[in-house]
Amino acid sequence: MNKTFTSPDGSPLTVLEDISLSLHEGEIVALLGRSGSGKSTLLRCIAGLIAPTSGQVSYRGTPLNGANPGVSMVFQSFALLPWLTVSQNVELGLEAQGVGAAERKQRAEAAIDRIGLDGFESAYPKELSGGMRQRVGFARALVVEPDALLMDEPFSALDVLTAQNLRAELLRLWSEHDFPTKAMLIVTHNIEEAVILADRIFVITSNPGRLRSEIACPFAQPRNRHDDAFGALVDEIYAIMTGSSTGAAAEIVTAVSPGEGTPTEVPLPEATVGGMSGLLEILEARGGREDLPRLAHDLTFEVDDLLPLVDAAQLLGLAEVADADIEITEQGREFVSADILVSKEIFARQAEARAPLVRAICRSLRSTKDGTLGEGFFLDLLRRGFSEEEVRRQLDIAIQWGRYGELFDFEASTGQLTLEPPTAQRPPK
Amino acid sequence: MLALLYVAVRLGRSMTVNFTPGHSSEQISTDLSNLPYYAARSLVRMFIALGVSTIFTFIYGTAAARLPRAQKILVPILDILQSIPILVFLPFSLAIFINLFSGSLLGVEAASIFVIFTSQAWNMTFSFYHSLISQPTELDEAARMYRLTKWQRFWKLDVPSSMIGLVWNAMMSMGGGWFFLTASEAVTVFVHGTSTPIELPGIGSFMGAAVEQGSFGKVIIAIVAMVIIVVGTNFLVFRPLVAWAEKFRIENSASSDTPHSVVLNVLRRSSIPGLLGRVSHPIGRALDRVTRPFGLAEYPLAIDARRKRLGDGAFWLLICGVSALGAYAGLSYLSSHVGFAHFPYLFGLGLATFARVVILLTASTLIWVPIGVKIGMDPKLSRYAQPVVQILASFPAILLFPLITLVFIKLHVSLSVGAILLMMLGAQWYILFNVIAGASSIPNDLREMGSNMQLTRRLRWRRIILPAIFPYYVTGGITAAGGAWNASIVAEFVTWHHTTLHAVGLGNYIAVQSIEGKFAFLLAAGLVMSIFVVVVNRVFWRRLYRLAESRYSM
Repeated sequence: MNKTFTSPDGSPLTVLEDISLSLHEGEIVALLGRSGSGKSTLLRCIAGLIAPTSGQVSYRGTPLNGANPGVSMVFQSFALLPWLTVSQNVELGLEAQGVGAAERKQRAEAAIDRIGLDGFESAYPKELSGGMRQRVGFARALVVEPDALLMDEPFSALDVLTAQNLRAELLRLWSEHDFPTKAMLIVTHNIEEAVILADRIFVITSNPGRLRSEIACPFAQPRNRHDDAFGALVDEIYAIMTGSSTGAAAEIVTAVSPGEGTPTEVPLPEATVGGMSGLLEILEARGGREDLPRLAHDLTFEVDDLLPLVDAAQLLGLAEVADADIEITEQGREFVSADILVSKEIFARQAEARAPLVRAICRSLRSTKDGTLGEGFFLDLLRRGFSEEEVRRQLDIAIQWGRYGELFDFEASTGQLTLEPPTAQRPPK
Repeated sequence: MLALLYVAVRLGRSMTVNFTPGHSSEQISTDLSNLPYYAARSLVRMFIALGVSTIFTFIYGTAAARLPRAQKILVPILDILQSIPILVFLPFSLAIFINLFSGSLLGVEAASIFVIFTSQAWNMTFSFYHSLISQPTELDEAARMYRLTKWQRFWKLDVPSSMIGLVWNAMMSMGGGWFFLTASEAVTVFVHGTSTPIELPGIGSFMGAAVEQGSFGKVIIAIVAMVIIVVGTNFLVFRPLVAWAEKFRIENSASSDTPHSVVLNVLRRSSIPGLLGRVSHPIGRALDRVTRPFGLAEYPLAIDARRKRLGDGAFWLLICGVSALGAYAGLSYLSSHVGFAHFPYLFGLGLATFARVVILLTASTLIWVPIGVKIGMDPKLSRYAQPVVQILASFPAILLFPLITLVFIKLHVSLSVGAILLMMLGAQWYILFNVIAGASSIPNDLREMGSNMQLTRRLRWRRIILPAIFPYYVTGGITAAGGAWNASIVAEFVTWHHTTLHAVGLGNYIAVQSIEGKFAFLLAAGLVMSIFVVVVNRVFWRRLYRLAESRYSM
């Protein structure tokens, strides 16, 4: 199947391309991708909540035209009704099927016991901790005995320990012979989570979303994250996701060399200057080179937090990535060790030379008489390649970088971008 | 807009009123022993209207939010309805309802309820509609995923998730409701061209009778009774409702500052909840079964693009055709019965009333912004002041008009000036109320920063207080202006005993035309007033609103 949305200027924006996937009995499959890669969109297509633009989603051979009758979903934000008690929430799906009150109560109670919620039946969701709330989410999904359980980042709203605990619990239940579902599909951006849970992992690329790598996880449960083979697989996936893999998957990330490409071909990673300098400082302190999974683990960062920073540093030529290792460059060293004014100049130079949108803004502003342009000009430019939300985000990142490098300024109330006077004219301190 | 107004007028006009005065007006007695009965009658009217508003809200709001085509037309209509000064159309609705109930007093009763309904329904509907379209996506997805039926979706998700907004809006529109109740209990109906005054037993007509007799004492008693009713309904009905609605808050964390109600606590400890449960469970089950055939709250994913385009085309053709036809019919009606030459005069009168609105808004701002800020920034003070202001806001200022009229007569104040005070009486509270809310929402850190930086009084106001209360002030200002336009119809034309005072203005014009039953002139004046309200909203308030949202929201 394919999924395209209509971009604000009317041209189609492909979110998912050439997706082909089947879920079989007895397996856990993970869809792994960065935020914005369309993995949640794919999950919602499978759930029958949104329609694919072309192609189809079938359940047991019948194409879907509405919510998929054979699946239940567990949501990132739990999606519990706050005005219903735990048992009323769990009974919701049964009530919708028209199951009688007595049977409903008995089945809900069984599900509540199984998931470890006994004693909380009459509590309201707001009285529960996040972990307990997600247990209610699981009980509600499992009580209808779906053929497949779909999970949309079910653990990412929980703290690290609670998430770990709930994952282990889910695996324990899965291994029981009478577990009420036959297959599970989880969407996540957490590489370790995928490797811990899944039998098969699909890595989804961004822009457009494609299923490019299918990775088998052959390890027996329970899995040990300190195992060498486990670590190697995590490393490999890291390499695939940063686009630095030497293997076949290397082509995944648009490999445009710096300085080339248009603002729509090379989107700016969503990274703050502060975050990027922090990352580079840590790298510098650790001798300039580090294994990405270890770095992420030490900082308790997840892929979504870390990768945009890595991408940004790479785009600006302040760091380089090879095979899941990140290494600081000469410019990167200068950038972190220089005083604030010099490092701003380095940043400005690199951003203008290597970040297409920043460069486009600088050039356009210079070509006007008074060095001023409305933001609408750039928003229109970006609309050719991004959704409305992403258009705003791209310009905001560029403005933030441009302001930091003192390349240009932005007046929010009028929406005007103005070229900053060249650094030489800055009054001496 | 013209088409909409014209249809209302047409409906009212085409019916000849056959009113048999024989069993009509029971004489309103100003005997004090009747007052409790009258008050009860008024109260019943209010709550029937509230019930009707709620049902209307559910149907209209659901249709507007769930039917994509209907949304495009229902939302703008609601927007217009909200800005039309509804008192203009009291005579039309009277004519319609008296006919519906074949000339019995029940028609007047229904008309009165209808007028109250129009003061409550629009903002309740808007609130419901907004809750529906801003429902969290994941809850919507969960409802579809778990295959809820249409009814289950409505009753388990849609209504609960909008409950807080509904209850607040119902409470806030009670103020407007009392105002219209008082204005609609004593009305004039036209029987074969001659006007007959009709009074419904109620607190508003009691007041009317007291004014006619010129009895100062009884006017005061009516006011006191009204205060008791307003405070009583607030304490016994709305405080408990607001506290109860807290359980429908969507954020999954308990906040510390939740509303409490003594009455609700007592009710919760009584045997009433258990009893209610025993009664409502079988009803719930039956409803669930009965509504099951209506199907799931789901829509087909794939839509035939060609059929959709065809449907859209037909829909818009129909809408445009009907509104063009309505507008044409309205214009030709106006041109033959009123003549367009009359409109400059009407716009002139409109300007006079507009000037009053501007003056009263300025005055309310100058008076209440400093006081509101003072109250809002002092948590202790605002805890006591907030309920008082709320009651002041829901007290129908119209009941005070006779007393003030008396003063005007005694001091020989021209109503052209005095009307400003009368209109301000009801409208000012919205500004005060919102400014208090705004000032109390200024984060403590910002205030401490102000003191820490040793900002001067002037700077503190310019940089912290005014920007922080601005969004709230705009909301209050819109409501106050709307209220003032409506009030002009009863404030530019007042009576005490046998003296009647007039002010130059559109409100006075409308009041006079409704007594004389000149529907065409009423339509023209109503149209002009609506144009004033809509244009000022578009060019002035909406801009401020946008500014408030983009620049001054926290």
